[in-house]
Amino acid sequence: MAGSATDLSLYARPDDDGRLSMDLAVEGVTCGACIGRIEGAVKQLPGIAEARLNYTNRRLHVVWSDGAVEPSRIVEALEASGYHGHPFVPLRAEEEEAAEARRLTRCLGVAGFAAMNIMLLSVSVWSGNASDMTSETRDFFHWASALIALPAAAYAGRPFFQSAWRALKARTTNMDVPISIGVVLALAMSLVETAHHAREAYFDSAIMLLFFLLTGRALEHAMRRRTRAVAGNLAALKADTANRFAGDEIVTVPVAALRAGDKLLVKSGERVPADGIIASGRSEVDQSLITGETARRRIAPGDAVYAGSLNYDGAMTLTVTAAAGASLIDEIETLLEKAASAKTRAMRLADRASRIYAPVVHATAALTCIGWLVAGASWHDAIVTAIAVLIITCPCALALAIPAVQVVASGALFRANVILNAGDAIERLAEADTIIFDKTGTLTLPEPRVVNPEHVDPELLQMAARLALSTRHPLANAVAREAVTRVPYDGAVEEPGRGVRAVIDGIEARAGSAEFCGAPQLATLPGLSYIYFVHGARTAAIGVTQSLRPDAVETVARLRALGLDLRILSGDRPEAVRPVAAALGIDKWGAALKPGDKIGLIEDLRRQGRKVLMVGDGLNDAPSLAAAHVSLSPISAADLTQAQADAVFLGERLAPVLEAVVVARRARALMSQNLWLAVIYNAVAVPVAIAGMVTPLIAALAMSGSSLLVTLNALRARRGGTA
Amino acid sequence: MNVLVYLVPLALGLGLAGLFGFLWALRSGQYSDVDGAALRILSDDDVENKS
Repeated sequence: MAGSATDLSLYARPDDDGRLSMDLAVEGVTCGACIGRIEGAVKQLPGIAEARLNYTNRRLHVVWSDGAVEPSRIVEALEASGYHGHPFVPLRAEEEEAAEARRLTRCLGVAGFAAMNIMLLSVSVWSGNASDMTSETRDFFHWASALIALPAAAYAGRPFFQSAWRALKARTTNMDVPISIGVVLALAMSLVETAHHAREAYFDSAIMLLFFLLTGRALEHAMRRRTRAVAGNLAALKADTANRFAGDEIVTVPVAALRAGDKLLVKSGERVPADGIIASGRSEVDQSLITGETARRRIAPGDAVYAGSLNYDGAMTLTVTAAAGASLIDEIETLLEKAASAKTRAMRLADRASRIYAPVVHATAALTCIGWLVAGASWHDAIVTAIAVLIITCPCALALAIPAVQVVASGALFRANVILNAGDAIERLAEADTIIFDKTGTLTLPEPRVVNPEHVDPELLQMAARLALSTRHPLANAVAREAVTRVPYDGAVEEPGRGVRAVIDGIEARAGSAEFCGAPQLATLPGLSYIYFVHGARTAAIGVTQSLRPDAVETVARLRALGLDLRILSGDRPEAVRPVAAALGIDKWGAALKPGDKIGLIEDLRRQGRKVLMVGDGLNDAPSLAAAHVSLSPISAADLTQAQADAVFLGERLAPVLEAVVVARRARALMSQNLWLAVIYNAVAVPVAIAGMVTPLIAALAMSGSSLLVTLNALRARRGGTA
Repeated sequence: MNVLVYLVPLALGLGLAGLFGFLWALRSGQYSDVDGAALRILSDDDVENKS
């Protein structure tokens, strides 16, 4: 940070009192003591009015008076106490979801209050009916119940009524239509019955129904919100900065603040922050994040470079162009649009269930009414029985069956380092029968590693590694990773594009290109590069390549054991793909594929009835991720790609892919179990209701019993680990 | 049974008080950081401030 100022004013937002506020995603929060340390560190700065860390989502909210402190000082204060703060602007969608969550919780509170109080009155009526309650007392209790139930239903039922009304206006139907009809009819009937001094009223059933349904709705929402918050933090963590020229000075600015025409400095070892044209400097760039190609490309002034390319050799200056100028990006965006529109949205289990549900329930209720009329019952009795059928079939268990499993399963996935982007991804993951892997950055690690440490004299390797600490060259970084003591040598000098030299034990040592070290050049295989090291008369050649993720072989074997068909589709050359495929024992692979080719192959598989899980990270994979049935991407993926993926996995290991499939399959099994439980419940309860034997007491027991059963069953999705 | 005439409203009133308490807690952000609240109680920085 020293030497260049950081301009974070983009993230500061004015509030009503003329103060500024900023939100930061904080890395490194591990325990309760961090709360005090982080807030304390920030509050010591002058002019800070408020600093509050939300421990649940690891976000810090800071408020300060305008002009009192530079936003970058806040980040520096965090840095000084050992935490990384990444400022971000909360997404509008996230704020809207927070408001929706508060609304649902308010409704849930009201419904809970009303359900408890009405139940208090109802239990008195039930026991009074069995003993000697006077009809006046019972009426009083019923009217008191109505007094609570009607306003509570009007308030807490709004999420359902509004959604049902929207559906009806659009001349469609959804789950909320039968729910609304059931609740309104139950309340209306109870009111009429109360006015006629009847023995029974269903106020408690109607409100309890709303309470259970709201619980399901709130759970579903909580899951969506949690994944959204984590995804927001990850985006903030990844948000890169760029070195922008302001006159002759260099200012570090967030990438979001870049505009076309800005001049940027990209140093060796940095990623290009935005699409642009090289203004000066020559270098080699690694575009594997964009095309999957591991061979580096030479660039000279006038060439276009894509955001995400890794700059290898020398510093270069770049003029930012609008993204539309880059032909590859254009091609990918066109493909993306096509893929997204062609994708037949997989119908969710819950939707399928509810599509069958509404007509069946309404037909049963109508038939019950007609049947009783034919059997000679009075209009009053027939209608009351039909409404009892509607109440007893109201989908409490159905509405809890799937969200409860989703919440528990997404928690299990979270612990396995998989973060869901889409709520229904769990169901689609469980259905996958074919997995297509991208190679570069997915099966292999995003950064290169040393391949032959055992062939190099350990002493020389350690010297080379410590020497490599003094440069940011990406190949040298791989060597530097081998250092046991991470102390760079004093007086190490980097010669850009050639290597590093220093004096070690009185003898000059050099690490870098063959020519720079005066060593004989070894033949390089595709994807394999050598870093040469010379110390006096001793020399070493350290091979560096993209290596497989540490557990890739094991994970692939276990995925195959689950009966999945595995393939590799890569944008890289066949020579680079073949050894990876051989190491993993995958015999179906394709290389040198363009984004369009990958989509074509996925489409072919889909026509054969396969459900494809695509795992990829490159920009070139984004359209395939969108076209596949379900998709995963590593956290190191290009932004556009990550946005297309249904889930993102963290860390160096490939195991999360396996975990995701295993947890999803278990969750899917529990979901259908839960749906069957709901069906069995209805199979038992509906005949009783049709027979006209359902009292409010039986309705209350049946509804809460089935909801509890389904929720408890959902908790079984918690069991972590691999099955 | 005349006692019911004021006992039932009393019970409702208590329930309503609970409901308003919940809504107030929700509005003042008591549920926005449930994990943090469990840990904050352990910090004694407010004691240091007094000395």
